[in-house]
Amino acid sequence: MTLDQLAIGREAEIIAVGGQGGLRRRLLDMGLTPRTKVKIRKVAPMGDPIELTLRGYELTLRLEDAKKIEIEEL
Amino acid sequence: MNFALIGNPNCGKTTLFNQLTGSKQHVGNFPGVTVDKKEGKIRRQEDVTVVDLPGIYSLSPYTAEEIVTRDYLIKSHPDGIINIVDASNIERNLYLTLQLLDLEMPMIVALNMMDVVTANGGKIDIKGLEKKLGIPIIPISASRNQGVDDLIRRAVRMVRERQLPERRDFCSGDVHRAIHSTAHLIEEEARTHGVALKFASTKLVEGDEKMMNELEIQEAERDIIRHIVDDMEFHCGMDREAALADARYQYIEDLCSELVVKPHETRGQKRSVKIDRVLTHRIFAIPIFIGIMAFIFWITFGTVGATLSDWFSAGIDYLIGLADTGLQALQVNDALRSLLIDGVCSGVGSVLSFLPTIVLLFFLLSILEDSGYMARVAFVMDKLLRKIGLSGRSFVPMLIGFGCSVPAIMATRTLSSERDRRLTVLLVPFMSCSAKLPIYAMFTAAFFTEYRALVMISLYVFGILIGILCGFLMKKLMFAGEPVPFVMELPEYRMPAPQSVLLHMWEKAKAFMKKAFTVIFIATIVIWFLQSFDIRFNMVSDSRESMLADLGHLISPLLVPLGFGDWRAATALLTGFSAKEAVVSTFAVLLGAGNSSDLTVMLGDIFTPLTAYVFLVFCLLYTPCVAAIAAVKKELGGLRQAGGVVLFQTAVAWIAAFAVYRIGLLIL
Repeated sequence: MTLDQLAIGREAEIIAVGGQGGLRRRLLDMGLTPRTKVKIRKVAPMGDPIELTLRGYELTLRLEDAKKIEIEEL
Repeated sequence: MNFALIGNPNCGKTTLFNQLTGSKQHVGNFPGVTVDKKEGKIRRQEDVTVVDLPGIYSLSPYTAEEIVTRDYLIKSHPDGIINIVDASNIERNLYLTLQLLDLEMPMIVALNMMDVVTANGGKIDIKGLEKKLGIPIIPISASRNQGVDDLIRRAVRMVRERQLPERRDFCSGDVHRAIHSTAHLIEEEARTHGVALKFASTKLVEGDEKMMNELEIQEAERDIIRHIVDDMEFHCGMDREAALADARYQYIEDLCSELVVKPHETRGQKRSVKIDRVLTHRIFAIPIFIGIMAFIFWITFGTVGATLSDWFSAGIDYLIGLADTGLQALQVNDALRSLLIDGVCSGVGSVLSFLPTIVLLFFLLSILEDSGYMARVAFVMDKLLRKIGLSGRSFVPMLIGFGCSVPAIMATRTLSSERDRRLTVLLVPFMSCSAKLPIYAMFTAAFFTEYRALVMISLYVFGILIGILCGFLMKKLMFAGEPVPFVMELPEYRMPAPQSVLLHMWEKAKAFMKKAFTVIFIATIVIWFLQSFDIRFNMVSDSRESMLADLGHLISPLLVPLGFGDWRAATALLTGFSAKEAVVSTFAVLLGAGNSSDLTVMLGDIFTPLTAYVFLVFCLLYTPCVAAIAAVKKELGGLRQAGGVVLFQTAVAWIAAFAVYRIGLLIL
C-alpha cells in the first residue's frame, strides 16, 4: 500500500521511500524514513495535496509524491 | 568575530536575529542568487557580527538555500555557528544539528521555545543533551527575549576559547564503518580544499556529487568509495541516502527517548487545529481566501490606500509647486527648471505616490505571512498552479500583480525556491495591473460604450490565458528539469510579532525608495529629455516636434501590421514605458484634446473599434513599466535578464495583437 491510499485519520508506518534526486532527499530529510509513523490529517479542498502528521509536526505532500512512499497501515 | 545563524524555517530564527542585532542590520543578496543575506552587529558587542542564513532542513545540495548555506559555511569560514533549534519540534530540528556538527566548527545550540515545552508538561534534559551532542546548549525564548544575553555571552566565550564540539559518533555499525573508511581515503583532498573531514566523508558516502567534484576526487578513489558504499548498502538493506537519513534519525530517536519528555498537545497546536478546520475547510477554504484577498485589495487599492496615495501625492505636488516657484523667483534657466520640475520631480514624484500603497500592502501581507496563513494558501491553491510548473506558493504574488506588478515582484521573495521565484517573476506582468485601467477606461468609453464591462473582463482573462500559455512554454523550455518538490511544513498559527511586521514593511519601503531614486530617476530624465528636445537639441514647446515624436514615427511602421501604424499611438506606447497611465496623457497631448470628451472623439481618427481592441491587447501585454523592470532587475539579478523581459513581453504582445487583429479581420 502507498501513502496516497491512506484514508483521513488513519495511521501507518513507512516501509520504504521511493522516488529519486532532490524529491527523495527532501522526503528523507523531512523525516520520512523507514519505520516512522505517519497519520493523514487532511486533504486540500481540490483533493490534492494532503496534510500529514509525523514526528510531532505537520507536513504537506502531493499525492503523486505520496504514491512513492510505501506504507503499512496500523 | 563572525557567527552564522542557522536553523529550520519557522523555528524563530528571524526573531532571534532581530533580538541579537536590534535593528542594525544590512540586507543583501548572496552573490549570483537572490537569496536574502542579512548581516548585523550584535547588540553591545561592537566587534561581533552575525549572518542570518536562509532557513533550511538539511545540508544536502538541492535547493538554492541549502547550497548557499553550505557554501557560506565551507568557504567563508565563520568563527562559530549558532544553531537555533525549536524545542517543541526537536526531532526534526536536530537532524540539521547533526549535519552541522560534522563541520567540526565551534557551535552552540539556542534551544528556542523551551517555555512552551515546559508550560505544556514537556521536559528536556539539557545537561544530558549537552553531554550527548558535545556542545553547549542554551535554552531561550526568542519572542520574549529570554536567555538571549546568556546565549551571546556563551557564544563569544566559545569562540575566544576555541571550543570545538567534542567528538561524537552519530552513526554506528555499517554506516559508521563506511564513513570511517572513506575518511581515511580522502584525508589529503579534504585538507587541501579546507573541508572538514567528517563532513566531506559523510557527504561522499551519502552520494553527494557536488562534494565529489569540489574535492576533485580521482577516479581510482571514486571506485573504492563506490565499493565501500555498495558494501554498506548490502549490509543495511537500504540505499545510501536512506541509510544515512535513517542513521541520523535513529540516533535522534534514541536520544529523545532517553532525554526528552514530549509535551502534550499545546494550546497553540489545539488552536491551530481549530483555525485550520475553518481556513482549509473543504468548501469554505477558497471563498474565505478570495474574501481575504478582496479585503486586502479593497484596503490597498480602494478607499484607504487611494486616500493615502492622494494625500501623499498632494503633498508631493505641493512641494514641487514650492520648488517651481522658488526656481522661477531665482530666475533659473528655463531648460534646467523644466528638467528639475517636469522631468525629475514629477517623474519620481509620480512613482513615489505608489509608496503608501506598497507599504500598506506589505503590512497586510506580512501579517498573513507571519501568522502562518500563507502556507495554508499554498496548500489550498497548489493544484491550480501545478499545471504550469509552479506551486501554490506563487499564487499570492500573481494575485497582487492585478494591483501592481512592483509589489508583486517584490513579494516573490517569500517563495522558498529560486526556480519558482524566477518563473513567477516572469509571469506576474501578464496579470493586468491597475495602472492599465485608465487606458482601458479611455478606449472603452470611446469605442465600446455598450460592452464596457465585457471588453474589460475579456482583457483580464486574455492576460491570464497568455500567462498560462507562456508558463507552459517556459516550463518546457527554460525551466525544464526537476521542479523543486512541494514538500512543505505547515507551521502553527501564530500572532504576528509587531516588530517583525514593521521591520519587513520598512525594508520593502526602503527598497522601493532606493529604486525610485536610482533607476526610475534616470529613466524619467531620459524620457523628459526625449520629450522636450528636438533632434537638433532645441527645446520644443510642442511635444509633436520632439525627439520622442520622431521615435514614434520611426517605430510606427512596426505597428502597421497590427492595424494602428499611427505615430501618435507609437509615441503613446513609448511613454507608457515610464508608467502605463502616461499612455492616456500622451494621447491627450499629441491629439491636442482639451478634455476627455474631445479625446474620445479624436481617438476615432486613429482607431477603428477593431484596432482599438488590438491596441488594448498590446497595452495589456507589452513591456512592464520602468518601476516593474527595476524590480525585475533586482529579483532576477541583472540588467541582461531585465532587458530580456522587456523584449520577451513586447514580442509576446506583438504576436498576440497580430493574431487578434488578423482573426478580427476575418470575422468582421
